[in-house]
Amino acid sequence: MTPPLLRLTGINKSFGPIDVLHDISLEVNRGEVLCLLGDNGAGKSTLIKILSGVHKPTSGTMEMDGKAVAFDSPRDASDHGIATVHQFGGTFPLMSIGRSFFVGAEPTRRWGPLTIYDRKRANEIAVTEMRQLGITRIDDGDRLVGGLSGGERQALAIARAVHFGASVLILDEPTAALGVKEAAHVLRIVLQARRKGIAVIFITHNVVHALTVGDHFAVLIRGAKAADFRKGEKSREAITDLMAGGEQMAELEAEIESFSAANDRHAPHGASHA
Amino acid sequence: MTSQAHDQPTVVATALPAPHSSIPSIGRLVRRPEVGSLIGMIAVLVFFSIFGGANFMSAGGAASWLNVASELGIIALPVGLLMIAGHLDLSVGSMIPASSMTIAIISGHYDQPIIVGIVAALGLGLAVGFINGVLVIRTKVPSFVVTLATLFALAGLTLGLSIILSGSTSVALKSGPIAKLVFGDYLGGKFQVTLFWWIAIVLVVGFVLNFSRFGNWILAMGGDAVSARNAGIPTDRVTIALFMSSGLCAAFVGMSQAILYNSAQVAAGQSFIFNSIIAVVIGGVLLTGGYGSVVGIVLGTLTFSIVNQGIFYTGFDANWASLIIGVLLLAAVLMNNTFRTMALTYAPRTKSRVRS
Repeated sequence: MTPPLLRLTGINKSFGPIDVLHDISLEVNRGEVLCLLGDNGAGKSTLIKILSGVHKPTSGTMEMDGKAVAFDSPRDASDHGIATVHQFGGTFPLMSIGRSFFVGAEPTRRWGPLTIYDRKRANEIAVTEMRQLGITRIDDGDRLVGGLSGGERQALAIARAVHFGASVLILDEPTAALGVKEAAHVLRIVLQARRKGIAVIFITHNVVHALTVGDHFAVLIRGAKAADFRKGEKSREAITDLMAGGEQMAELEAEIESFSAANDRHAPHGASHA
Repeated sequence: MTSQAHDQPTVVATALPAPHSSIPSIGRLVRRPEVGSLIGMIAVLVFFSIFGGANFMSAGGAASWLNVASELGIIALPVGLLMIAGHLDLSVGSMIPASSMTIAIISGHYDQPIIVGIVAALGLGLAVGFINGVLVIRTKVPSFVVTLATLFALAGLTLGLSIILSGSTSVALKSGPIAKLVFGDYLGGKFQVTLFWWIAIVLVVGFVLNFSRFGNWILAMGGDAVSARNAGIPTDRVTIALFMSSGLCAAFVGMSQAILYNSAQVAAGQSFIFNSIIAVVIGGVLLTGGYGSVVGIVLGTLTFSIVNQGIFYTGFDANWASLIIGVLLLAAVLMNNTFRTMALTYAPRTKSRVRS
């Protein structure tokens, strides 16, 4: 049996006297979506920061393909094929799509004695990669990233990660700021990434979104792993209950109902320009 | 309902049409960052052509504002790049007299060959820029404060050393015909040779910002320094290089002024601090970084110089020039904001955005 692509064993993290993560063990395989669920403050962000090389764990081990790894920096993590996409996707709103797609890895071509940035090729690749993720509205890589909708920015960031050969894709609340229709599109993109054999770690506190795309689920509560189960092993109600506790369940159920209702309506276009 | 996306994986657009070629159009043009500054420049040019009379339009009139523009422009370009990268450099105001005094004391007071003075003056610019850059990246203090500190420190140093070395705050400089011709002469009796240096630096900076990887790094750093670093951009090296280029360009202007006027004064150059920032901001560069263009900076520089010099050709009291610049600055920034918003929000050609 092949070892999982990424395995965390007994990860602890404390900032001074405060224990943020306690004995977290997780694994994620190629072509699998691991959903990391948890309320605010459950330690999801800290765990992502450890995975993406921002923080080092206080104790515990990380393995990729069975080999122990330790990341010195975000750059180091991305060299190991770990790509993190944050809630608002592209962070360079005033750069063109082509330029921001290739930040730090710009394609070049010869121009006489000089080596110049290949704008045409950068734009073509960026637009093509976005099209492959179903974003057909964008046909001009010179457009500014800030003109994209929230979902399109997520798509741009994911397309970038896929293009640069990420093997682990960490999505930090990718649907939290999006309208229903855009969120559905991002979920579809997640499934596409999974089909390409990428291991996706999908952080969310939306149980519906998690159940739609997840193969494997882990629930964090106050820094510890409260549950770890596969698709179909627990009902939505059980997960919601586990995540938020009984008293908030009613509120969440109302939210889920409103999601179902709203999903039949046409989401206003461009409502989520962030 | 919710499992629909799972059961039916995305239909990927197959036969991908080639991305639209770059067809120039009015709509496209309006989204360029420099449109606002172009409109501003045309407006002031028309205004002063009407009120300035024939003299303003003559070669002599044009030379008066082009000469001002060339010196300001040489400094505004690297200052603009710094601003795009999210930094400011106020120390240029002291760099100019420091460089003038360096060449005048070395080649004038001590009678060393002019080339020694030139190299020393430019070297001083690079050194001050290097110190600015290192201070900014090491201390994490905003560059506004760091360069404000070096502005004063360098001014004090220039004054103190000038008195110690030459006993005066003004030193005469005699430079040979070659140095004069290359750095400090009037062509046709009117146009300063710095105009050609300005054009050359415009080409270099334009190339760097638009056609080199370095230019992309500058834009990315101004957009989000942390993300830029995570993407593998050597942000520290870029920052230092940019401060060194603004130090170098300010030193160049100081050095060429000393050669042009055959003397150097301790108290010259402070006006360049705000004038360069005004030129850059009128040119559509975002003060907080991440956005701007070389064409915009050039247009901003020309606009500033036209107002600054054009006023003398009108019947108005020259004291009003600053008022016009103040109003113009505010108008230009508001206009640039509008055009930037237009660049961000655009109507797509195809509505079939999401395939479901």
